This record gives sequence, structure tokens and C-alpha cells, in this order.
Amino acid sequence: MYREALREALFEEMELNDEVFIIGEGIAERGGSYKVTEGLLAKFGALRVRDTPISEASMIGVGVGAAIAHARPVVEILYIDFAMLGMDQIVNQAAKFRLMTGGEGRVPFVLRTQGGTGGGVAAQHSQSLEALFYHIPGLRVVMPSTPYDAKGLLKYALRQPDPVMFLEHKHLYMTKGMVPEGEFVIEFGKADIKREGSDVTLIAWSNMVPRTLEAAEALAEEGISAEVLDPRTLVPLDKDAILASVAKTNRVVIVQEAVRRGGVASDIASIIQQEAFYDLDAPVEIVAGMNTPIPFNLELEKASVPQTADIVAAAKSVLHADKAA
Amino acid sequence: MEKLFTTAFRIRTFESGGIKLYRQGLVRGYFHPSLGQEGIATGACAAIEDRDYIGSTHRGHGHCIARGAEIDGMVAELLQKRTGYCKGYGGSMHIADITKNNLGANGIVGAGTPLGVGAALANQVRGSDAVTITFTTDGATNNGTFLESLNLAAIWNLNFILIIENNQYAVSTTLEEATRDTDLYKRGEAIGVESHQIDGNDPLLVYETVLDAVKKCRSGLGPVLIEAKTYRHSGHHVNDPGKYMPEERLKYYMDRDPVDRARDNLIKLGKMSAEEVAKLEEEIQQEFDAAVDKAKNAGEISVEEFQEFVSAY
Ligand SMILES: Cc1ncc(C[n+]2csc(CCOP(=O)(O)OP(=O)(O)O)c2C)c(N)n1
Repeated sequence: MYREALREALFEEMELNDEVFIIGEGIAERGGSYKVTEGLLAKFGALRVRDTPISEASMIGVGVGAAIAHARPVVEILYIDFAMLGMDQIVNQAAKFRLMTGGEGRVPFVLRTQGGTGGGVAAQHSQSLEALFYHIPGLRVVMPSTPYDAKGLLKYALRQPDPVMFLEHKHLYMTKGMVPEGEFVIEFGKADIKREGSDVTLIAWSNMVPRTLEAAEALAEEGISAEVLDPRTLVPLDKDAILASVAKTNRVVIVQEAVRRGGVASDIASIIQQEAFYDLDAPVEIVAGMNTPIPFNLELEKASVPQTADIVAAAKSVLHADKAA
Repeated sequence: MEKLFTTAFRIRTFESGGIKLYRQGLVRGYFHPSLGQEGIATGACAAIEDRDYIGSTHRGHGHCIARGAEIDGMVAELLQKRTGYCKGYGGSMHIADITKNNLGANGIVGAGTPLGVGAALANQVRGSDAVTITFTTDGATNNGTFLESLNLAAIWNLNFILIIENNQYAVSTTLEEATRDTDLYKRGEAIGVESHQIDGNDPLLVYETVLDAVKKCRSGLGPVLIEAKTYRHSGHHVNDPGKYMPEERLKYYMDRDPVDRARDNLIKLGKMSAEEVAKLEEEIQQEFDAAVDKAKNAGEISVEEFQEFVSAY
């Protein structure tokens, strides 16, 4: 499971490196709200696995300071929404330190949090805010969609010299998937083709990946071969893999859970139109969340983010499959 | 004693000289001098060792110098040269010699406090008894992170010393306008942190107070808060004439100038004669002038190098 994969990554890296430690609310005895850190306290002790009061701005800053002082802190923020309290520390401190010190200073800092919709937790606990961090030079933005990716990417994150925003998804913690025995890491900037196809490229990350795979399945039943590409890390972005897939299928749909406006999908679309314009047989289509805070009502929550049927429809529209049928 | 004076005078020289360079148009951006406040950086940094850490404010030249930075690298940074401590990427407001365990100056008021607590935490996790001193300001005590992060240091018994440089202004806003109770050290007491209020213009007193705090921290009794009262000799930055600073008050503090006090101490205690001190001052001035000459002749990072540097961003 996704959450076990994350736990294994933390466990292994904490064993390998004494300087790795974790702070967060309710992460020690309680093992975190999503049970990712369960058992770490018993193994590594209260010095390296510690609870914090509700002080997000300072918790994040403390992590950044510890990283500047060459430790390997992991700060767990319960909901990405609460990372907003620490934006100064993320944007003005973590992201800037390396450049401001002429490249001498590094910030090996990992902020783990989760976002996205699911379960009617309403507007202040359901946001997909990756674009905020994507926008800030100096941060790495990681969004794993499978247990395998979660483990490999988190292990890699814990060996990086630069600040990493490690964004999990509340809906994915219970996802099952293969995680091989033995040591492995997944480098940043390497997209994964989650499903091969030849008619259309569907680009999706985080919880939109399983939904997009479902859509690809539905499309296959209608004889449409969809390729599903998961960039896995938004910064760095694997442009080459995206362009290669576009060259193969000539049609693209980008799926993001975050609101449409000012999103990562728009940026990827602009890269594609600039660098692969002549490979395109149709305009790039974006399927995204509505420009709205997430409502509490479950039906409305569902309506505000992309569903499988929306992805299927978008894929057909770039293929003009509607007309052909 | 000699070190206290040398450091204080070196800061004064650097900042007076820096202001001149600024007025000549050679230094850009913001330049926040700490003229009149040198006693705090000087006394505090004299009380710690190489393995310890410091963190600074937007008024950070003094802290950087007191922590042992070379004047060459600092002047070069002001002049945006590649030989500067931050290769010209940081400038006055971000100045730091990070090889000296200096977490850097900071353009965001209040942000340095959690960073310093983080360094203290890192040292606790690695089993080191290193102490972290963070300099902060009266203005920053009204920022949420002041209480939050001092509280974290307290519940975790970190080797952390927070020094409030209370110069009584946040730009032109007076301390009285910004808070009801102007005894800022009480805020530490409210959350169970040993807290002191001292005369920040007395470098020797600062040194002794911080030395005691360092000992407490190393024996597991940290953190400690020290409110050091002081006053700026000039406006908030080079282009602020500081007209809002009442004359008699300024005079009161001018008469208690920390650099003069360090010099008087040195001479009174018979450690050095007035002539010897004058010679020392001459040498420090020459050191600064030589640094300016060197920096003027140094190159800058090219746009191509910059592009290469940030290509992964
Ligand atoms: C978070 C933040 N708000 C506002 C500013 C603009 N600013 C820079 S210095 C300053 C005044 C700071 O006063 P104080 O904290 O007392 O420090 P001092 O300048 O007196 O040393 C202000 C408001 C800033 N840099 N950061």
C-alpha cells in the first residue's frame, strides 16, 4: 500500500542516515493521521520522531533551518492547506537560500503533505495546490501516484540537496500496488508511461492517474488506444518523455485535479504547443477542476474535479471520435 | 577586551565605509546599518565557539563580521562581485559567510527565528552541544513565528539563544506604538523561557550575559531569551534621514555609544594606550580600504554562468 511504501522509505532512509528526522503533528505515538509514520517512534526514538504543537509557520521554518545546518529533516504537514501558514518559509527561505548564498548553501529539506479532494472534507481540506509550488524556482515538486513511485521517489527525495515538496494524495494512501523487495530509488525528472498507447496521450499525475487509467480502459473498449503518461515529478518535468509521446500519438489531453486557472496543465500545454506544434493533429485539451473552492456536498465535490467520463469525453474530442462514430 | 573593541570598530568602519560607497552609487538595493548597535553582535559572538551557529536579521553586517567573516568577502558582496561571500547573488540583506555556521541575514522580518531553532534542533538530533544564537528585532517580536518557534525551542530544551536587538523602532513605528508592554523579555517568561533584559550598548555586559546563557544551554537548561536595549544612530536605512528620532533621545544614546565604551574600557583597564588604540583603528581602516580596492577590481558572475547555475530551477 501507498502509505506502507512511504513508511518503508522513511524507515530505510532513517536507518541509513542518522541525520534524517521527522517532525509533525501527531506523527510520533499516533503515527500520523494517515498512518504513514506508524512504528517509527518505537524504532528511532523521540529524538528523531517528534510531535509538534500547532505551529505550521515555525515547524516548516525549523525544518528549513535544520536543513541549512546540514541535517535531513522531514516535516509532515497534515493537509497541504496548512502549508499556507508556512509559505514564507517555503517560498522566501527554502527556495531562495541556495541562490542567495552563491550556491554554497543547500537546503536538503523534505516537506511531506497531502492534498486533493475526497470524502467531503470541504474547502479548507481539499485543495490541490501544486501550482503554487511549481511556480517557485528553487523547489522540487513530487506527486507520486502509486506505492512503487511513492517509495522510490521519497527515498530519492531524502538524498537530494534541495528542498522537495512531496505531495501525497489523501485518496491514495490505501492504494495497493507492487513494491519490489530490496533497495531502489526513482530519480526525479523521469516520467513513467503507466499504459502504452498509440492514438492519444493522456498526461495525469497523483490521484488523476488511476482515474485516467480507468478512462483509458473505457477508451480501449471502444477501440481507442490511449497512452497514459505520469510525469511523477512536476519539477523537474520530463519534457522529453512528454514530447516523445506526443510525437507518437499526435494528440494530447492533460488531466489535473487542481483548478483550471493558472494550473500546471496550462504550462505543460504551452510547452507542447511551443516545442511540438507540428506533431499535433488537434489542439491540446485540458481536463481540470472547476475554478471553485471545493464544496462540502459530495455530489458537488465530484462535479468540481475531473471524473473518468470527463477524461473519456476529452480524449474522444481530440480524436474527433464522436464524429467518426 | 581587545577583541571586543576590534570587532565593534571593524563593524563601525565597514558600515561607515559602506554608506559612503552607497552614496557614490557603488552599492545598490537596501543597506541597513547597525551604527549604534554594534555592542550586541560584538559581545554575543565573542561568547561562542566555532561549532556554534548564528542567524541574523536584515541588519546583518555586524553579525556577519562579529562571526568572523573577512572584510574582503563582505565588501565584494556589497559591490556584487564574484569574490563576494554570496558571489553577488545575495547582497547586503542576505550577507553571510556560511562556512562560519552563519545561517545568514534575512530580508523577511522574523523569519530567522524558526531557522535558528531548526539549526539548534539539527544539533540536538546529531548529539552535538553546539549552541545557536539568533539575533532578532523588536519588530519581529510581533510576528507569530516569534512565539511559535521560541515555544518549540522551549518544549524541546534546545541550545538556543534568542537575542532581541531592541532598537525601539520598526522603520519609523515606535515600540510604544507596536506593543502595549514594551518589556519584550516578558514574552519569553510567559512561556517558561529564562529571559533577561540588558543594556545592549555595553559590549562587555552582552558578552557576560551571553556567555552565561551559553553555559546554561550546554548544560541542558536552554533556551534563553535576552532583550538587549539599544538605539540606531541613524535612520532605518541609508536613504532614511530618521527625522522621527527625537534629538535628546538620540543624544542620550550617542553618549552611550558601544564603540566608545569598548574603547574606553580597553584604555581604562590599561590593556592598551590611547596611541596603540589609534594605531589599531588605523589598521582596521586600511583593511577596509584595501578590501574596497580589491573588490573594485574583481569580476562579476556572467549572465551565462548565472544561466548555467539556475538551469535546474
Ligand atoms: C515580513 C516583513 N514585513 C515587512 C518588512 C519590511 N521591513 C523591513 S525592515 C522593517 C522594520 C523592522 O523593524 P525591526 O524588526 O524592529 O528591526 P530594525 O529595523 O529596527 O532593526 C520592515 C517593516 C519585511 N522586510 N518583512
